[in-house]
Amino acid sequence: MGWALGVAAVLAVAAVVFVARPFLRDPAPASDRLDELAPEARQRLALAEERDRALAALKELEFDHRTGKVSDEDYRAQVGPLRRRAAEVLRALEGGEQARHERVADQEQRVP
Amino acid sequence: MAPLGRAALLLAFGLVLYALVAGSYAAWKRRRRLAVSAQNALLAAFPATLIAAIILLVALGRRDMTFVYVWQHTSHKLPLGYALSAFWGGQEGSLMLWLLVLTGYAGLAVWLNRRSRELVAWTVPVFGLVAVFFAFMLCFVSSPFNVQPGRPDGNGMDPSLQNPYMLAHPPMLYLGYVGLTVPFAFAMGALLSGRTDERWIVATRRWTLAAWTFLGVGQLIGAHWAYVEIGWGGYYAWDPVENAALMPWLAATAFLHSVMIQEKRGMLKVWNMILVALAFNLSLFGTFLTRSGVLNSIHSFAKSSIGGWFLAFLALMITLSIVLIRWRLPSLRTKTKLESLVSREATFLYNNLLLVALCLTILWGVLYPILSQALRGNERSVSGPYYDFFLHSFGLPLLLLMGLGPLVAWRRASLRSLGKTFAIPFTVAVVTGVVLLGLGFGSSWPGLLTYTFSAFVAASIVLEFVRGRAAAGGIFRLIARNRRRYGGYIVHAAVVLLAIGVAGSSAYQTQREQVLRPGQSIEAAGYRVTYTGLTGVKGPDYDGYRALLAVSGHGERFNLNPGVNNYFIEGPANEASIYHDPRSLGDVFTKAALAGKHTTKIDLEVFVKPLVNLIWVAGFVFVAGALIAMWPDAVEQRRLAARYAAGAAPAGI
Repeated sequence: MGWALGVAAVLAVAAVVFVARPFLRDPAPASDRLDELAPEARQRLALAEERDRALAALKELEFDHRTGKVSDEDYRAQVGPLRRRAAEVLRALEGGEQARHERVADQEQRVP
Repeated sequence: MAPLGRAALLLAFGLVLYALVAGSYAAWKRRRRLAVSAQNALLAAFPATLIAAIILLVALGRRDMTFVYVWQHTSHKLPLGYALSAFWGGQEGSLMLWLLVLTGYAGLAVWLNRRSRELVAWTVPVFGLVAVFFAFMLCFVSSPFNVQPGRPDGNGMDPSLQNPYMLAHPPMLYLGYVGLTVPFAFAMGALLSGRTDERWIVATRRWTLAAWTFLGVGQLIGAHWAYVEIGWGGYYAWDPVENAALMPWLAATAFLHSVMIQEKRGMLKVWNMILVALAFNLSLFGTFLTRSGVLNSIHSFAKSSIGGWFLAFLALMITLSIVLIRWRLPSLRTKTKLESLVSREATFLYNNLLLVALCLTILWGVLYPILSQALRGNERSVSGPYYDFFLHSFGLPLLLLMGLGPLVAWRRASLRSLGKTFAIPFTVAVVTGVVLLGLGFGSSWPGLLTYTFSAFVAASIVLEFVRGRAAAGGIFRLIARNRRRYGGYIVHAAVVLLAIGVAGSSAYQTQREQVLRPGQSIEAAGYRVTYTGLTGVKGPDYDGYRALLAVSGHGERFNLNPGVNNYFIEGPANEASIYHDPRSLGDVFTKAALAGKHTTKIDLEVFVKPLVNLIWVAGFVFVAGALIAMWPDAVEQRRLAARYAAGAAPAGI
């Protein structure tokens, strides 16, 4: 009984130290704020997902066409809108990136 | 030892409670260090639970009868392997297995996705909530560490559980049941954090597939155990607890298909959340059915008082799921619409509706007797014909869809394309159906349709591989380029084998029963079974007898020895004797019991089950397909990492 309680106490102390580790390692952090996606980053992520979807759809269409699952006629009817959609999303992503770079550069210039 | 076990469980309870409370506060108030601290508590809960589990295993291995749990489920004569398997044979042990697997899964899943802090911060308290329930039950309601003054011997183990398959069947099911907590926790974490993008799906894709595979394999092992051990001549009896494992598997199957529509088209976000919540809550319900003693089933080994607690927790989790989905409904709605009713995504949608319909009809079949008894006080049961009707109504169209889906293109398909791609599978199916009808297989329409649809699906799978190979320039290259798709097709091939095996062994089986004296014979499906006499048998913890049967037919001669084992502590158990015919892949299954006291007459039952072994072969094909689908794809990993690095955090899987 005695040894069991001793082992249990050691385990409990080890667990408490492990749980308290973030506070022990960094007692006075510059910021304790949990990362959060800014609305702009969320928008960028949504566009990245949309880009991946559009590119995957194009790849899938090409493959289905080559395997004969999609006829030439269907392929021609679908490939155009898919390419346009992919291009739109890529443009939107690039536009967002450029705006972000310009904003960062602008902020850097303002810093004395 | 017992006090240390209790202390380890209390420590685990404290840690998961901290993960729940501190984790929720940290996520709500956006406190980084507190969130990491809560995450650490969840990680530390696993070793604490593991220590408790090791203590129980040591007590079981030593047959320490001062532990009430050990005394209830083992005896000194019970072989070591089965004594250790008592860990999941009783209520307290199986609850501990839940907690052990849960804390292990939760720690690993959270650690692998630790960089996605915003999502993980809310996932930790969800894991914590589920773990708190199980740890609470183990600490305060149903402890495996209750002790008593030492007793000379224990109650032993139910003879039917003394089977090697029982060493694997329950742990596999639990790995599946508990595994469904991972997608649920991440999905609820996504709703709580407002991260309704695909991050949670990326984080849990393989976890869901692994849980689904474990559940599927666990059920097949359980079916094989029932077949060889229970000795009633079948492998699935629509037992409520068997159904309890089937339901979450069906819901998870629906999710694995519908999540592809979200990934490819950005649709069905709400539906996917509902399916994840359904699969998880059904897995909780399955544990409740098995462990609450609410059912009169071979699986309800433990009659107990935990039912009320389980029901309350189940109600809480269902409510939480509904409230969170309702709360985030606006951000889950998408503008993308189904372009055509004849498209791959449409076939996935039909498949989802059929899977969920089958799942819900089974759920009603399980619930009806319970509700009937609770509300009216009379016991009513739902029998095989109810389930068979819905299996035929929903299962056969599902089988057909498995062949149709891969042949239809995404977005929309023209009639001309369909005519071209369907020509070969359609011809194969029609020829198969007509030939089988000519051979007399029309005696069972569901059986004939199953064979015909299976031929259609098999032809469509072969066609997909042949055409894909030509386009990709090699079979390995083809599979490597799209593991999920081609792994999925191999799983479909496993389902075809399963369907053929089930149809052959049920719709076209032959069954004969007769009381025989030594020297008498019985005929079944071209086999002549002659009873030649009785012999005694003896084992470490039983004695018994075997009927000596000489069998001839279809150019074969072999002997079978069914009988009964009388376990010294646990009582009698049937021992079936089975001949596996390697040419027809069918079985000759026999069971025998003495027809009375002081007689050599036996009551003999013979089942001839064509193609039944395809069911077990299907298990291996299923695992192969699932492993291919799960295997990491470096190109995809890099793409996802780039996506989340651009957004905020890299993919952690």
